[in-house]
Amino acid sequence: MNRAGERLYNGMVKENPTFVLMLGMCPTLAVTTSAMNGLGMGLTTMAVLALSNLFISLLRKVIPNRVRIPAFIVIIASFVTAVELLLEAYLPELNKSLGVYIPLIVVNCIILGRAESYAYLNPPLPSLFDGIGMGLGFSFALTCIGAFRELLGAGEVFGYAILPASFQPIRIFGQAPGAFFVLAALVAFQNYLKKTRQRAGKAFEKIGSGCSEDCMNCDRQGCTKRFYDTDAGEGFREQEEMSLSGKADAGAGSQGRRRQPDLEIVDLDEEGK
Amino acid sequence: MGKLYKVSSNPHIRSGMTTSGIMLAVIVALMPATGFGIYNFGIRALFVVLVTVASTVLTEFLYGLFRKKMTITDLSAVVTGLLLALNLPVTIPFWMAALGGVFAILVVKMLFGGLGQNFMNPALAARCFLLISFPVQMTAFACDAYTGATPLAALKAGESVNALDMVIGRTAGTIGETSLVALAVGACLLILLGIIDLRVPGTYLVTFAVFVILFGGHRVDPAYLSAHLAGGGLMLGAFFMATDYVTRPVTIKGQYVYGMFLGLMTGIFRIFGPGAEGVSYAIILGNLLVPLIEKYTRPVAFGYRKGGKRREK
Repeated sequence: MNRAGERLYNGMVKENPTFVLMLGMCPTLAVTTSAMNGLGMGLTTMAVLALSNLFISLLRKVIPNRVRIPAFIVIIASFVTAVELLLEAYLPELNKSLGVYIPLIVVNCIILGRAESYAYLNPPLPSLFDGIGMGLGFSFALTCIGAFRELLGAGEVFGYAILPASFQPIRIFGQAPGAFFVLAALVAFQNYLKKTRQRAGKAFEKIGSGCSEDCMNCDRQGCTKRFYDTDAGEGFREQEEMSLSGKADAGAGSQGRRRQPDLEIVDLDEEGK
Repeated sequence: MGKLYKVSSNPHIRSGMTTSGIMLAVIVALMPATGFGIYNFGIRALFVVLVTVASTVLTEFLYGLFRKKMTITDLSAVVTGLLLALNLPVTIPFWMAALGGVFAILVVKMLFGGLGQNFMNPALAARCFLLISFPVQMTAFACDAYTGATPLAALKAGESVNALDMVIGRTAGTIGETSLVALAVGACLLILLGIIDLRVPGTYLVTFAVFVILFGGHRVDPAYLSAHLAGGGLMLGAFFMATDYVTRPVTIKGQYVYGMFLGLMTGIFRIFGPGAEGVSYAIILGNLLVPLIEKYTRPVAFGYRKGGKRREK
């Protein structure tokens, strides 16, 4: 069970999808107008993430390498549909305020990223906890952003008035630019904490993640290289295969190949015929 | 800064101009408009100016203390504060003016690396921040001196305006934008000192005038046209903010493109947009396009042929 705990810690702190990995920015910026919306979005995503991670991990030996992205999407979309129907039935208010962002969880890059970089390569139980940890980290981040935006933009948190009525709401925080301000400030604060801890000699210990690389203390910058340097040599292709993938692989799914020799040979044989 | 190192080789142009010298000239050039604003709107305008300037300078000072790199002597914070104050209505609560000052310096300027690194005019960005955050207070132009709408709002509503009042500045509006005469005095000073040139403001105003003639629905109507040119923050924006060294293109061709873009956007905002004014949004939108404009207007290096390099037009 130690591994499960490690996955939870990884998802919530070390590789927090919002503050560290910077994934899933669309819902992060769009629905966090209030703390409640943020929490609702986070927990909905967590439910989908945990279940899809579990099932992708269970099916990882049967899903052919070449069609894995469509297969992931089908699995994720099924869960999203189920969750959406449940929300509509039991929490219609929340469903209404989150609107189109619930169906859009299908293409949330956190979910696809975890499926691709973790669940597809690891056993079911750690995958489940990876999903729960990531989901909790996402919920925490969204709730934080939502709380600050609600506080500054309306003087309330979770609908309860915190600031006196004489407070003049700063409306920009209720709109998209305010989301950027709050997100940037929170990321900066988190980096500041990290640096002071490092200075105090309490560096976060390394815990392997999807790309067997610790994003928070990553000095290889494999992802940066991959995203911004299109001429990156073959050496990086290796990393690319194993690294955390979100947007890049979702776009160029057919190119990123897995190191799974048995499946690869089968594929080649089929081509030979 | 201690001793300047002498770097030689190549013919370099030496100039006696310093950053603080330029900033001081801009401050002096803004004085007529500020003075007229105080005369026009009463003593509260002076307090708004003082509060805003104090907040920008104090923010820069505190940030300098925090980063142990004091940049306060270049006077740019004073210019930012002054420009922001001139863009505020006189009735604005003081704390909002101060908040705008903090936003301009801290978020728009210092966090991006200080003077020269800001991608947007700090004063205008702060004005837009305040405009989005507090739309009611930022457009409350009724004060002791004036109760009516601003000339541009009246113009938009189809009423006629007195162009002479607008030129002198006896109208409602933000503190520094009303008087064409006072702004023109300052602009002439800057042009004579060689601090700004007419490339950006000239292209800006001409493009805007053409746009108004074409799409304003009044054809060549001198009264309508001059009201549009003298009204709102157009002159203040064209001469004092679009010419900001940091946020306008450095290439000469780029400056023409930039001026045209500003004129076009201001025209679109004013004539087709829901609001009466669009100068600030036009300029910060133009600021964002500056890197792109510079990329495509890079002059051909000496000795290169035009076709020698890939160049798109």
